[in-house]
Amino acid sequence: MSAPLLTVAVPRGALFAETLDLLDRLELDTADVRANDRRLWFADAGIVTVRPSDVPTYVEHGAADLGITGKDVLAERTDADVYELVDLGFGFCRMVVAAREGEDSIGESLRRLGRVRIATKYPRTASAWFARTGRQAEVVEVKGSVELAPLCGLADAIVDLTATGRTLEENGLEIIEEIGPSTARLVANPVAHKLKAAEIDDLVARIRGLE
Amino acid sequence: MSHPIPPGTRDVLPDEMLELRELTEGLRSTFGNAGYGEVWTPTLEYEETLRTGDAGGAGAGYRLFDEKGEVLALRSDMTIPIARVVATRLGETEPPLRLCYFGHAYRAAERRTAELREFLQGGIELIGLPGAQGEAEVIALTEDALDRAGLRRHRVGVGDGTLFDRLLDDADVPEEARGELVGCLSARDLVGLERRVDLLGLSAATRNRLVELPSLRGGAEVLERAGGEAVDNLRELHELLAERGAADRVIFDLGLLRQLGYYTGPVFEVYDPAVGFALGGGGRYDELIGRFGRPLVACGMALDVGRVHLAQAAEERLR
Repeated sequence: MSAPLLTVAVPRGALFAETLDLLDRLELDTADVRANDRRLWFADAGIVTVRPSDVPTYVEHGAADLGITGKDVLAERTDADVYELVDLGFGFCRMVVAAREGEDSIGESLRRLGRVRIATKYPRTASAWFARTGRQAEVVEVKGSVELAPLCGLADAIVDLTATGRTLEENGLEIIEEIGPSTARLVANPVAHKLKAAEIDDLVARIRGLE
Repeated sequence: MSHPIPPGTRDVLPDEMLELRELTEGLRSTFGNAGYGEVWTPTLEYEETLRTGDAGGAGAGYRLFDEKGEVLALRSDMTIPIARVVATRLGETEPPLRLCYFGHAYRAAERRTAELREFLQGGIELIGLPGAQGEAEVIALTEDALDRAGLRRHRVGVGDGTLFDRLLDDADVPEEARGELVGCLSARDLVGLERRVDLLGLSAATRNRLVELPSLRGGAEVLERAGGEAVDNLRELHELLAERGAADRVIFDLGLLRQLGYYTGPVFEVYDPAVGFALGGGGRYDELIGRFGRPLVACGMALDVGRVHLAQAAEERLR
């Protein structure tokens, strides 16, 4: 088999299944990827599987020509120079501010201390949101289980991504602000976008033709 | 014990230095043989000089005071200092002027891939030759220089920094809506661009032109597809490049914008498929030298020598 024309970075995680379905519909061969849970590189199919938050890194460096990842990741990785080509529509969720149910912890902190403390996996998104809404925020970065932070006093509130809001609810948190929606996006390496323009445009046209 | 150096700077040791020297000598002799005389300018300029060239100081990030309290800045590119030289020291020399340079420039921008804060630029400036004639010479010479450097698959992306603005003019897009659109195109957030254009309530034809034209990339066929007079200058450039046998390496990219504010027409970027980022760039800047008091048209190209070296190494590995 000849080398594939394009290399695609596919996110393992919440977007994995729908991404592979999309690639199937585009007639890329994902059988190997589906059959090998631990393998990361599928040279024949032109697919590398990586963490969703690493997709911009692989694509920016040109290790993959294209990648699929959430808008939430792109909003956080503004340092990565990748082109955002298509809103793929799947993987819908919302970036929200959440705090302990029934308490005005943000208002209280702002009034008494002049700033609010926010725990998040998305420090840039959180800082930008509070700056845009004119409130001083101290952003604490955590790597996981963000819901815990307001419960044990690490932070007044959290900024996190939620699909259904269930995890928040189960931890006694409520959504108090919505920052914005997020869906999966197709991104491209800037140089590949020019040097492989025809191949990329063809793929984009086929994606738009799917619906 | 660790004695760090500032982020974005680096030491070069003999093995690498030998390769860098060989690379820069190759570029220098290519430029020299084409009639481009080498110049040196100070690393430090008065900040006001950089601001004369570009309202934002061309992204200069490091400033200091001298003993008289004057504000100095580390140059962020070589084009503005050379514009100053052409208007002052070379003020009596008849155009066209052909100049080349090798020197370090400094930027304090957010660090991205392969982006150093101190980086070696090698480039050319062609002053006094207007339009496509000047641009074709600069592009062809850049291709030759990279051939000489041993790259085999390099490409020059060519766009027009004024094209999108002209499209916005034609579509009567209000001034206050433009910043975001240009921001989206500049970052190639094509999803965001399409969404914002859709909010403007334009006719379908105008809307499609604003969204689709900037996404056209490819050979001369792109200029055909673009239609109309909007890309006449690029068509002429393509003809001149073809006459020189330099058109095959050119990719027209109608969405290409360059960050610096002094470009007034066609803009360029240099790529090699072995690396994921541009190796350099340039364009036409017909008003810059006039800001220093000598109205002369010009265009130029700057290569990031460190990145060209990375591309050389990557290409060798692939061979």
